[in-house]
Amino acid sequence: MISKERKFWIYETMNKIRYFELKALKLFEENKLRGSVHLYAGEEAVAAGVCSQLRDEDYITSTHRGHGHCIAKGAELDKAMAELMGKVTGYCKGRSGSMHIADFTKGNLGANAIVGGGIPIATGAALAAKLQKTDKVAVSFFGDGASNEGTFHESLNLASVWKLPIIFVCENNGFGISVPVSQSTSVENISDRAVGYGMPGVTVDGNDVFAVYEAFEEALKRAKAGDGPTLIECKTYRTLGHWTGDPQTYRDKKVVEMWRDTKDPIQLFKKRLVEAGDFTEEELDKVEEDAKIEADAAAEFAINSPNPDPSDVMDDVFYEC
Amino acid sequence: MSKKTYATAIRDVIAEEMRRDENVFVMGEDIEILGGIFGCTRDLYKEFGVDRIRNTPISEAAMIGAGVGSACAGMRPIVELMYMDFTLVAADQIINQAAKTRYIFGGKAKIPLVIRGQQGIGRGNAATHSQSLETIFMHFPGIKVACPSNAADAAGLLRTAIRDDNPVMFFEHKALYASKFEVPDDPDFCVPFGKADIKRAGKDVTIVGSLLYVSRALEAAAELEKIGIDAEVIDPRTLVPFDTQTIIESVKKTGKLVVVHEAHKVAGWGAEVVSQVVEGAFKYLDAAPIHLGAKACPLPFNIELENAVVPSVEQIVEAAKKVCNKK
Repeated sequence: MISKERKFWIYETMNKIRYFELKALKLFEENKLRGSVHLYAGEEAVAAGVCSQLRDEDYITSTHRGHGHCIAKGAELDKAMAELMGKVTGYCKGRSGSMHIADFTKGNLGANAIVGGGIPIATGAALAAKLQKTDKVAVSFFGDGASNEGTFHESLNLASVWKLPIIFVCENNGFGISVPVSQSTSVENISDRAVGYGMPGVTVDGNDVFAVYEAFEEALKRAKAGDGPTLIECKTYRTLGHWTGDPQTYRDKKVVEMWRDTKDPIQLFKKRLVEAGDFTEEELDKVEEDAKIEADAAAEFAINSPNPDPSDVMDDVFYEC
Repeated sequence: MSKKTYATAIRDVIAEEMRRDENVFVMGEDIEILGGIFGCTRDLYKEFGVDRIRNTPISEAAMIGAGVGSACAGMRPIVELMYMDFTLVAADQIINQAAKTRYIFGGKAKIPLVIRGQQGIGRGNAATHSQSLETIFMHFPGIKVACPSNAADAAGLLRTAIRDDNPVMFFEHKALYASKFEVPDDPDFCVPFGKADIKRAGKDVTIVGSLLYVSRALEAAAELEKIGIDAEVIDPRTLVPFDTQTIIESVKKTGKLVVVHEAHKVAGWGAEVVSQVVEGAFKYLDAAPIHLGAKACPLPFNIELENAVVPSVEQIVEAAKKVCNKK
């Protein structure tokens, strides 16, 4: 059972992510934003469903498609958008751009532009949680593509052998850029790979908040009980391009439209919330409206923020002891 | 002072730092009961337990990545690699993650991580287990690189590395583990990073070398003395940060420079030293500097072939004679 308050948080967070992403896309199309920008719109149920159950002191690592995880783990839209625009007011002072947003105060150990790069890092954070005898957990978000990287296999094995408090959350969005999962991956369900590492694996509908929430709830219990890791595969779909300039010649537009029009996780969740009588349509529309306003304000903040000073470019290579 | 082997000095510092700070722990292959194949963690599991002297699967990327992650989460991990050659298996976690994390996160991360292990010639380990890789890691901003040449430096540099809040690559040399040296007993004995050590003072020629090539440079200096050449031997001790100044001051005095290392000569760190000395002290040079390093072929197994690939003491002597214009 998800509390009403938490349902509201999830819905609000999903909308924040959605409008942040759409705003980022618009800014990219207007040439106000450069670099590699990978949008998460359409996959919000995973980040929001998982992070609604985490505290600030719990850790996550994220991916090149990381804005959603960062926002769900507490990132403020204005600082995140400023980072996308390379501004000094951004989370990383304009050093990282879209692909490496981090906020250690919220347990976000960073988005990671290397596919599979964050998985061992989250595993290490879980090791620290265990060695320090805390009840913190770590979550590693990664995509279907990362499940073919060595770091995925090494980390699952390590976490299982050491019974670490970590949950591996695979977002299977159907494609590694242009290559469909069926061409790249040896198993139909990536969660099947959990068997090889002696941990439970479960596949859920990644566009269904309730399914993600429940699977994660159980994995979290297991992690906190000291029973070790779980692999959760959330099957979803990338309705936008791999990056903002993707021509998307590799897939059928009709399939994309079908996902966008009938399986949008926000619309599906909204319908359930209204049907259950948790909130009225008007109340939820207001949440959506507020998210739009917040995303617009974030863009304004970012546009009006100063660029970093090139004379600081050598700062922070090392921690000065 | 106590006379100790290089391996024992390393082991003792790990133990002392683990006693001092409960966040320090070690993970690596075969480090628990076996104590590491060179004994650098021998018996430590008995005192510290298997949580803190932690055997790992043979998964270098996961070990080092877990080092980065646990460091980000407040621990001070030491990751032992059985051979530093295996850094290449885990290169992404070192070069893209450990080295860059602090900078790209706008200075928010602290990564007190030590990656240590041995490298080099001397045991017939052949091409993939005998390389000298310190130069590679000098190239990427964000990691410090230490290369101790004796037990005292090993102890002092390792303690500094463990107490440093940055990732440190700590290159030990397999042929030095059994060598003995007087090591200070002070449990706070640290050798500062970025401070080269003049291992032998001299006035005629500056010879820069590290790791195994400090003792070889000293052997060469003893030979040179017989023919009236007084060599100054400098060990940079850390390649990052690098103490250019001590070398430049020496060259101002001697006017001649030979740099020697076991790493391949092509684009080896000696080339960087020559470059910096030429930029910083050109007018003091009486002769073109000579840079010696391993030939551009993989390290072969056969001991005679192995020795043929790396610089010999004789070659160091010849190079010094050449820059001194002595037949």
